[in-house]
Amino acid sequence: MAIESDIRQQVLDRLQQVTDPEINTVSIIEMGMVEKISGQPPKVTVELIPTYVGCPALDMIRRDVIESVRQVDGVEEVEVVFLKHPAWTSERITPEGREKMKEFGIAPPPKSGPGGTWTVECPYCASPKTVMQNLFGPTSCRSIFYCQSCKNPFEAIKPV
Amino acid sequence: MSAKYSTAQEAMQNASYVSALKELLYQLADDDLLISHRASEWLGLVPHIEEDVAFSSIAQNTLGHAAMFYQLLEELGEGTPDDLAHLREPDKFRNAILAERANGTGHYTEDPDYDWGYAVIRNYVYEAFKRLRLESLTASSYSPLADVAAKILREQFYHLYHWETWIEQLSHSTSEAEERLNNAIRKTWEDVASLFDLGPAADQIRSGGLMGDMEEIRRQFTETVRAKFEAAGLIWPGEMTSGDFSGREGKHTEELRMALEEIGSVYRLDPAANW
Repeated sequence: MAIESDIRQQVLDRLQQVTDPEINTVSIIEMGMVEKISGQPPKVTVELIPTYVGCPALDMIRRDVIESVRQVDGVEEVEVVFLKHPAWTSERITPEGREKMKEFGIAPPPKSGPGGTWTVECPYCASPKTVMQNLFGPTSCRSIFYCQSCKNPFEAIKPV
Repeated sequence: MSAKYSTAQEAMQNASYVSALKELLYQLADDDLLISHRASEWLGLVPHIEEDVAFSSIAQNTLGHAAMFYQLLEELGEGTPDDLAHLREPDKFRNAILAERANGTGHYTEDPDYDWGYAVIRNYVYEAFKRLRLESLTASSYSPLADVAAKILREQFYHLYHWETWIEQLSHSTSEAEERLNNAIRKTWEDVASLFDLGPAADQIRSGGLMGDMEEIRRQFTETVRAKFEAAGLIWPGEMTSGDFSGREGKHTEELRMALEEIGSVYRLDPAANW
């Protein structure tokens, strides 16, 4: 069922408050995870595209979406569905999301798709003189880099 | 051209199709569960801290892949992913023997004698195979499985790349490294055929269009892995030969029984606990 546009906007406003628990400046909308909102109060369904298959943040995101969207007037029940299709890719991150990642000290992914070697700009000083230290980082979706200009280690989102 | 199924409900209308589908899903899920368990046992024991970060990340991701396949089984009425992973008896597991092999002797908490060369070769071989199998599954007649395979492929790129890098670096380092890699290849080859075994439902898996031709996957695997070993100056061990028993038929080693005891030990204490 198509959702009324003012309810949809209110739901979107709430979803803008839900962030990735491991990058808490970037909302799930900016991560490109929100695919569809449907239903009518009292019940609203939010369809999300999970980022990494094994991402332990998904259960937290589900809980946060339910709590946030229930605050919309008239909504009593929130269903969260994680879709298998389409697959999330790092190209789904919005331009705002990419900027906010940098503020968090994480370089946004290059737009190249999966690759063994890739380059990113330092999120602190924007220098291109960076080197990958470890393809794998503290979470599945990140790699560890070092900036040879400002001498800071930093993390970057892997392209997938 | 075989029929396509886009939901669990549709698939369940066709009894022989769904039974082959479940067999295949158990193979996919159990392979990833066991290989990721073996990876997790290396935590804190690998050569350096960067590898600890990388290997544990791969292990966590691979466990997530297993969970996706268990979810597909749940949609077909097989039970929850937690129950499937933790409560089944060894003879219900359908993983390849290669995935269940212990890392070495001892226990990770006590006197572990694990061989890093074996970890590198076993995991490289598994990921090289997994990539080809996933590519084949993207054309599966069961579209939820095709979607999951396409999604996993994008992440799995990094796993395969990781082990390729290790082979390149070690094979061009010392003669000890080269010798240990060659020993590991011989050991891995005792089990490698188990990956290509589709078990008793092989004919139905093929005729139902659940995945492509396994012989073609084997041919591509042989070509890719042989080229990789030869470029690294390692010895290609020749044709793979089948083992005495098949994990796809629920026949396993004592090593699997001990691994499952460990995997399920906490869950069985209190299956109703919240995590």
